[in-house]
Amino acid sequence: MNNLELKKTANAVRKGIVTAVYSAKAGHPGGSLSAADIYTYLYFEEMNIDPANPDKEDRDRFVLSKGHTAPGLYSAMANRGYFPVADLVTLRKLGSNLQGHPSMQYIPGIDMSSGSLGQGVSVACGMALAGQMDGAPYRVYTLVGDGEIQEGQIWEAAMFAGHRKLDNLVVIVDNNGLQIDGPVDEVCSPYPIDKKFEAFNFHVINIDAHDYDEIRAAFKEARATKDKPTCIIARSLKGKGISFMEGQCAWHGTAPNDEQYKTAIADLDKIDTELAEVK
Amino acid sequence: MSEQKKIATRESYGNALVELGAKYENVVVLDADLAAATKTGVFMKSYPDRHINCGIAECNMTGIAAGLATCGKIPFISSFAMFAAGRNFEQVRNSIGYPRLNVKIGATHAGITVGEDGASHQCNEDIALMRVIPGMVVMNPADDIEAKAAVHAAAAYKGPVYMRFGRAACPVINDRPEYNFEIGKGEVLREGSDVTIVATGICVGSALEAAEKLAVDGISAEVINICTIKPLDEKLVLESAKKTGKVVTAEEHSIIGGLGSAVCETLAEAGNVASVYRIGIRDVYGESGSAAALVEKYRLDAKGIYEQVKEFMLKGR
Repeated sequence: MNNLELKKTANAVRKGIVTAVYSAKAGHPGGSLSAADIYTYLYFEEMNIDPANPDKEDRDRFVLSKGHTAPGLYSAMANRGYFPVADLVTLRKLGSNLQGHPSMQYIPGIDMSSGSLGQGVSVACGMALAGQMDGAPYRVYTLVGDGEIQEGQIWEAAMFAGHRKLDNLVVIVDNNGLQIDGPVDEVCSPYPIDKKFEAFNFHVINIDAHDYDEIRAAFKEARATKDKPTCIIARSLKGKGISFMEGQCAWHGTAPNDEQYKTAIADLDKIDTELAEVK
Repeated sequence: MSEQKKIATRESYGNALVELGAKYENVVVLDADLAAATKTGVFMKSYPDRHINCGIAECNMTGIAAGLATCGKIPFISSFAMFAAGRNFEQVRNSIGYPRLNVKIGATHAGITVGEDGASHQCNEDIALMRVIPGMVVMNPADDIEAKAAVHAAAAYKGPVYMRFGRAACPVINDRPEYNFEIGKGEVLREGSDVTIVATGICVGSALEAAEKLAVDGISAEVINICTIKPLDEKLVLESAKKTGKVVTAEEHSIIGGLGSAVCETLAEAGNVASVYRIGIRDVYGESGSAAALVEKYRLDAKGIYEQVKEFMLKGR
């Protein structure tokens, strides 16, 4: 996909996120929207996957460590064809496969159940290690939050990944700067994030999480990196795309009401219109 | 029973892993800097490419095992029970139990027979913690033969399994040609009619000795060995309880949440078919001392079990 197609797709993913959370009357829109471009790039450009054959052995793996942003993952997967986009409105409802946090028991194509913060990088290390042991070609991607890296297990896993030279592993930090209780650097600063991962023997790339040239270049650089895992620190805007949610901590885990939902969809429709005019 | 061969079940764990290494190409063993103590070092020597030392980071080890399992490996993670079940509880629950991944947890140094290291390392709570996780199989082998059989059964079983092994040498009691192991099956090792002793782990050997002493006093004790605490062999326990009307459970674990609790739950739901006494660690922490001194003090040796069964019988409930 070229950048324009990716942008159009990401806008559809964002509509799915807002619609799912609105329907559920609960969920986490802020961090789903900040990572929507990353989800889109992974599921539509970067990863070797097949929605018709979600368990194929040589597929690339994705672990959503920041599992509360499941709406982002679900919307990307639905738009990619893993299940109908219409299912997104069942998010968090009894009997739905779209559990509040992702479960591999419910949806083929979800490579790991997650939701309890801090555990995904360890799991991704295990997948990457299995690939290394078997000489398998697949790559492993995991998305963590910048608040989530306050969890100590993240750094246990980082130490292991660096030690084992897991160059088939990419850790993406969604650096939107906000967590539930406030700005990350006011709650308990994780900064400098890049120097920390460098100290654990990662190859570190800082990018703008909403710039597809930078996203594309970073994942390409990660593929070319040997003997080191890669960490992509993606500086993002929480709530990206929805005027009243952008940069607002309050939209970490709140659903829009009827009027707010209309505004949100209008915001995204406007982006659609703008993108349609781009030649 | 001094003529009996003695071996610590952690040794059995290591030796069984080496056998598994030859049998299954996808068995991998993970350690958290305790390979020498958990006895997985023998596997590391035989299969260095399939042994992963994660350093002193048990929670990370658990997550790595989960990831390996999603890629078709059969990981055995090894550490002391305190860390494998205690520190790790939430990782085991959410990264192994909830996704029902094929990870085996080999927890050594369980219970007070850790000995001299003292209470910080004596985990008397692990069975309770693991038993409450949906879908988790919990096994507590009684001797070398049962421990090896349990490890082989765990590898053949698809799903999460918690296995508990001891640091101290314990007598081999299952060395007989007809011995057969099956997950979820208990075994009557001695038949009796006055009281049922349901024992697990190191208490099985002690319970058999206690039953001999009780026989001298005219008390006929039935001894049941329960290796699989979850799923419990409820049928076997109920049949015996209905026959004797009196049940004593014996375990090197807290009386809360372990075998004693599991048996009580079963008996209560069946309509309180027997009165019960639970032998175990009575809601206290352990302390430093030799394994032998500790099992004596906490009344888990043959003498302690014998005396407590007699006390229970005299109360006449």
